Amino acid sequence: MKTNIFLKSTLIIGLITLIVGCGQNGNNGSGALGSSIAEKVYVAPGERDEQYAFLSGGYSGNLTVYGLPSGRLFKEIPVFSQFPTSGYGYSEETKPMLNTSFGFIPWDDLHHPDISQTNGELDGRWIFANGNNTPRIARISLTTFETEEIIEVPNSAGNHSSSFITENTEYVVAGTRFAVPVPQQDMPINEYKANFKGALTFIAVDQEHGHMDIKFQLLMPGFNYDLSHPGRGKSHGWFFFSTYNTEEANTLLEVNASQNDKDFIAAINWKKIEEFVNNGGGTKMAANYAHNVYDESTHMATSTMKKEVLTVNPMDVPGAIYFLPTPKSPHGCDVDPNGEYIIGAGKLSANITVHSFDKMLAAIEAEKFDGDAYGIPILNYDDVLAGSVQSGGLGPLHTEFDGRGNAYTTFFISSEVVKWKLDTWEVVDRKPTYYSVGHLMIPGGNSRKPHGKYLVAMNKITKDRYLPTGPEMEHSAQIYDISGEKMELLYDFPTHGEPHYAAGADAELIMNNSKKIYRLDENNHPYGIKNPGEARIERKGKEVHIYMSSIRSHFTPDNIEGIKVGDKVYFHITNHEQDFDVPHGFAMIGQGTSEILIMPGQTKTSLWEPKQVGVWPFYCTDFCSALHQEMQGYIRVSPANSNIELSWSLDE
Amino acid sequence: MKKLITPLIVLLAFTIASCGGGESTDTADDGSVKKKPASMLESTVPASERITLDNKGVGRIKDLPLDATIDVEMVARGEKIFNTNCSACHKIDKRFIGPSPKGIMKRRSPEWIMNMILDPQLMVEQDRCAKDLLIEFNGAAMANQNMTVEQARDILEYFRTLD
Repeated sequence: MKTNIFLKSTLIIGLITLIVGCGQNGNNGSGALGSSIAEKVYVAPGERDEQYAFLSGGYSGNLTVYGLPSGRLFKEIPVFSQFPTSGYGYSEETKPMLNTSFGFIPWDDLHHPDISQTNGELDGRWIFANGNNTPRIARISLTTFETEEIIEVPNSAGNHSSSFITENTEYVVAGTRFAVPVPQQDMPINEYKANFKGALTFIAVDQEHGHMDIKFQLLMPGFNYDLSHPGRGKSHGWFFFSTYNTEEANTLLEVNASQNDKDFIAAINWKKIEEFVNNGGGTKMAANYAHNVYDESTHMATSTMKKEVLTVNPMDVPGAIYFLPTPKSPHGCDVDPNGEYIIGAGKLSANITVHSFDKMLAAIEAEKFDGDAYGIPILNYDDVLAGSVQSGGLGPLHTEFDGRGNAYTTFFISSEVVKWKLDTWEVVDRKPTYYSVGHLMIPGGNSRKPHGKYLVAMNKITKDRYLPTGPEMEHSAQIYDISGEKMELLYDFPTHGEPHYAAGADAELIMNNSKKIYRLDENNHPYGIKNPGEARIERKGKEVHIYMSSIRSHFTPDNIEGIKVGDKVYFHITNHEQDFDVPHGFAMIGQGTSEILIMPGQTKTSLWEPKQVGVWPFYCTDFCSALHQEMQGYIRVSPANSNIELSWSLDE
Repeated sequence: MKKLITPLIVLLAFTIASCGGGESTDTADDGSVKKKPASMLESTVPASERITLDNKGVGRIKDLPLDATIDVEMVARGEKIFNTNCSACHKIDKRFIGPSPKGIMKRRSPEWIMNMILDPQLMVEQDRCAKDLLIEFNGAAMANQNMTVEQARDILEYFRTLD
């Protein structure tokens, strides 16, 4: 009975506390309600997140992988930038990945990741991403989370309306933001108008391996092609690009490209152009662009320079391209899950313009045109308009969908996400973002089947959201629960670089295919060794190749003599572990490159050019076992004219 | 409360009895069973030299009878797999990072060997001999090389030739 009295007292005290607590909540707006929000993002230790989110890293050149709803950072995948953490772009195998027609470029500005689709739904095979600065498209494997392929896009500049994919991943599409002379030539800048071109590039994707190959380039008028999205469902076969600078200004665009009340959304019937090309249409143009492919079996990348591209003049394919007038320099160009609505967010406007695909087809059928631009028919704004969202916000940028008939649009200037209804254009909710939101992402939100539980808003400005870290702050992101009628702000988290767009998917779609090791018996690296008995050193003039193996916790060999100043020493290291999450690292004192991190079963090569006589150590950089500190070795470096023979050993 | 306490005591007694698993039993001359603490055993014989043929270890291999004849095809496969996946740490002719597999069939049961190859972490956690080996070999934990049961079985057949 004592227990009962105790229990009752506790309950009463608890109740009083709760009631008092609630009273306080009324004053400061957090507390009990706050704790239920905390539960929505709390992923207990050892538990896993519901979804993956792949955020572009912007000027970091890389892609970051987060969990939703926790906002925990899982990985940074190097794509367009050298990455000392893994040795990407530093190892001999991956240097070719960053080759371009301009030579080795160790960096780019990664903007718009997009997950491969089948029948308009995410299929989790690959994720594509664009390099904005030196135009490139990358394909990243979602089994290894490694960049497997990068193709340079010729005749393009500011590769921004990229890398969006069609609904069966037939094409990854890359549009040019900065029109340029095609082909490039020495000419006065002020002759831009009517002379520069905006290339829209359709890159075919091989369904088995994902390999990319430029099918054709559409040489459009020299507008700025800003963003794009594919048609889906009934509009599959079309692609839509927002444009600005239809004024074709070449200076002070801030003013001069904001003169026209309406720019265009370009509607491209790519199926029609594909048919034209398949029947021998198009013009082959000399070009020079890199195609870099990483082979998982040899663990090596090769770079091939391609010398030709097939171009298509829009005038040669009548009925394939139309312009849809869209107010105020549209930025985002998004298509709803049913493929009916094409949403153009005029970034200088308060309202969002929604075009109807059906109306567009009807207007084309009726040949109701309002003139043309360089021969491309312009449709009447009123004929194609489905509706306009009177948002009450300012500066709409991007729209995603929840699959329940709602659209969510970010507003940069008024720093908010606005939820509105498709068909009625009625605004149903708005929530602030912190601050100046750019893109937003709902996992699957640009597919036929959104996984509409969470929304991630990615912001351009952080200011006071976190503890200050000097003048530069990482950009902030916010997670909202969008499962109810009203959006609910759940969580803030910092991102890395500048996330532009992002892509997300349910964990189940990806986690079960994630590779754990590379199998040693499938390692076809030309310098790999299948067992430590094959460890050896070969000299070819000044080139020295060290075939080395690593396993917890030693290198074979670990004592090497006969290396000379002026040699080029290649360490080819095979990690003989076959267990998940047991990489070994390698670093050599005075080496003019980064360490390399070698996954189980993988071979990687690190170059060292010894400059000083002496005995120099190397070691494993990844804490691999209780005896990690013992994982080291020595190399004796002798003068260039020395007669010391090559020799190597372990435990002798 | 009494109702709760009784099962607790039973559980406790059971737990204490289970802890005895780390000890070995021996039959004395007079037929009585004497318990020797495990620590006494360890101090006399290093784990690598201990004969534990009755110990099947911990893991998915519970019972593995061997044919009288050695399968030469399996041996060939096993040797190849051993060279690729194991030889970085185990040398035939000497003690290295880990013990030599030479003569292992005289010291360990087939089941123990298979379990050690297939899940060394579990073995080190739960098998006394495996734990003592880890200590004897300077804490160099045996790597899980993700072998299939068939691959481990081939390696075992190869070990049968290493007497």
